[in-house]
Amino acid sequence: MTRATPHLTYVESLRRALAEIMADDPRAVVLGEDILDPYGGAFKVTQGLSTRFPERVFATPIAEASIVGVSVGLALRGFHPIAEIMFGDFIALGADQLINHAAKYPAMYNGAVQVPLVVRTPMGGGRGYGPTHSQSLERLFFGIPHLKLIAASHLHDAGALLKLAAADPEPVLFVENKLLYPLALHLSADGAVRSFATTLDRFGYPVTTATNYPAAQIPDVTVIAYGGMSRLVLPLFDEFAGEEIRVLACFPSCISPLDPAPLAEAAAASGRVIVVEESQTAFGWGAEVAAQLYAALGAQLHAPVQRLGAAPTVIPAAKSLEDQVLVSTAVIRDAVFELLRST
Amino acid sequence: MEHPLAELFYAQMALIRRTEQTFFDLYAQGQIHGTVHTSIGQEATAVGVVNALDRTRDVIFSSHRAHGHFIAYCDDVEGLVAELLGRAGGVCGGVGGTQHLHTGNLYTNGVQGGIVPNAVGAALAEKLKQSGAIVVVFLGDGTMGQGVVYESLNLASLWALPLLFVLEDNQYAQSTHKQFEHAGNLADRPTPFQIDRTELTADDVLAVHDAARHAVATVRTTGRPYFLMLNTYRLAPHSKGDDMRSEEELAAYRARDPLQRLAATLPEAKRAAIDAAIEARLDAAVVQALAMPPQTLVSFRQQGGGWQR
Repeated sequence: MTRATPHLTYVESLRRALAEIMADDPRAVVLGEDILDPYGGAFKVTQGLSTRFPERVFATPIAEASIVGVSVGLALRGFHPIAEIMFGDFIALGADQLINHAAKYPAMYNGAVQVPLVVRTPMGGGRGYGPTHSQSLERLFFGIPHLKLIAASHLHDAGALLKLAAADPEPVLFVENKLLYPLALHLSADGAVRSFATTLDRFGYPVTTATNYPAAQIPDVTVIAYGGMSRLVLPLFDEFAGEEIRVLACFPSCISPLDPAPLAEAAAASGRVIVVEESQTAFGWGAEVAAQLYAALGAQLHAPVQRLGAAPTVIPAAKSLEDQVLVSTAVIRDAVFELLRST
Repeated sequence: MEHPLAELFYAQMALIRRTEQTFFDLYAQGQIHGTVHTSIGQEATAVGVVNALDRTRDVIFSSHRAHGHFIAYCDDVEGLVAELLGRAGGVCGGVGGTQHLHTGNLYTNGVQGGIVPNAVGAALAEKLKQSGAIVVVFLGDGTMGQGVVYESLNLASLWALPLLFVLEDNQYAQSTHKQFEHAGNLADRPTPFQIDRTELTADDVLAVHDAARHAVATVRTTGRPYFLMLNTYRLAPHSKGDDMRSEEELAAYRARDPLQRLAATLPEAKRAAIDAAIEARLDAAVVQALAMPPQTLVSFRQQGGGWQR
């Protein structure tokens, strides 16, 4: 197992885990576009891999349906493929393979086969790449039976999470985040993070809870989010400590299917919940979380669950527009103040 | 002079024919829930190709019209009948039904073309394992409209994979003739990918088998893909009640029925004995399947479709 070193970045953690998976598992195979050295992948997660494992790292044509489809065939026949889709937006081209093939075979063949496949892909905006290179299209795959969506925030040991996904007998869409790649992982009570805990959900995936107050106290507000939203939530910890607002942040990593129990526990602690997702909120992850929390907690909630996310439009390229269309630390801050003012 | 394989091939083709006709009967009786896609008239392609494979290691991918490939591969008519009748004893526990079959090294799915890159991945797997196995994927003329098929032709050639593409061109995608769907000649499709091909009319199962043996041997010895185009014809509707073809056209192809053509080469007594055995076997398979309880949700959850493990 990788022992996460304090200053390992998100991308370094993933890169190291990929190499360890390949070294430990002779059936692991990596494929994707532009992943061979010296380029090593658009976001450098696969850098060094083709040099070390030339016979099990495959550069593919620009053919996302086949990248996923070939991986499905490899998985059916005993391999453990880890595919990279260069930008998460392109997973739309692989949707038939994920939905109608990878996620179908085990159940429709009555349990006779497994498809232990990981499709890694970076989602999210903030880099000015515009409407087709900035989305968070994991939203299209929420609730697909027998497909797991695993999202790594920088409050998770991203590499360890990738190893869990690679060991999962079910197909996994592994959601990375472009803006997290250069950030150092934050895996302990350190600085504004006064308490830090990880529990496992019922699927065996970690749920991180972090607070800006000592563990014994009661939070004023609970922020539930996943993946790249950790970059926006963590800066609030310092700021709110100054305002004496106690924030509990809860980051599950298995975002679909969703184990509501750890989220309900985090929500019940304050009774005031804000769910943050990078994609548009309508029909989104926050809606599912809210429904689960209402079912679990009912009157224990002091206020309606608030959902934050992108404006209901494309992600524009211009910085002046993109900054306002996407959810931001400022938007979350305002929502916290508003929620506390009204309850 | 009777060909040494004629009796075996007749028995398989007649079994496929009578099984699929039985499915139509069961559908008409309300016993089959859903749909049935038959390959009546196309049996020579399944029997000719599958018998050219090494059943102990080769891998088969097929489509919504796979009963023939399934029976030629494993002979498990009882499991197939129970599957279409939705019984727990079906080959996929009744979950998959007619279009979603798996047994041994055979896999089918109901989305046109989607399974083709899976076959590419399986061929890559066998190559990495150095198993000596080859993979065969059955396609229809309609499937040649899917972009992912061309991605797969490209990859199979680029990566030199042991993959045999078998195009069963029955001229119709459901109700639409191929002339309304495809520019150019389907037999030319593999050429720009530098994949060699053979094209033949699949009326004579023995000729199909010879061509398939050559194709399989080529894939196995070169480790490269090959494309076998078989011109065939579906004598029954796409599923049921959706046949728009003229009686004249159907009559012309009935006169070329590959099953009857093969039957004519066998002594009458031998053919009759095979037919009688098939009738008895199918009658028993239906009785046995109908006596099984329908698949239960409890069993489905435990065995195959467990809710979110």
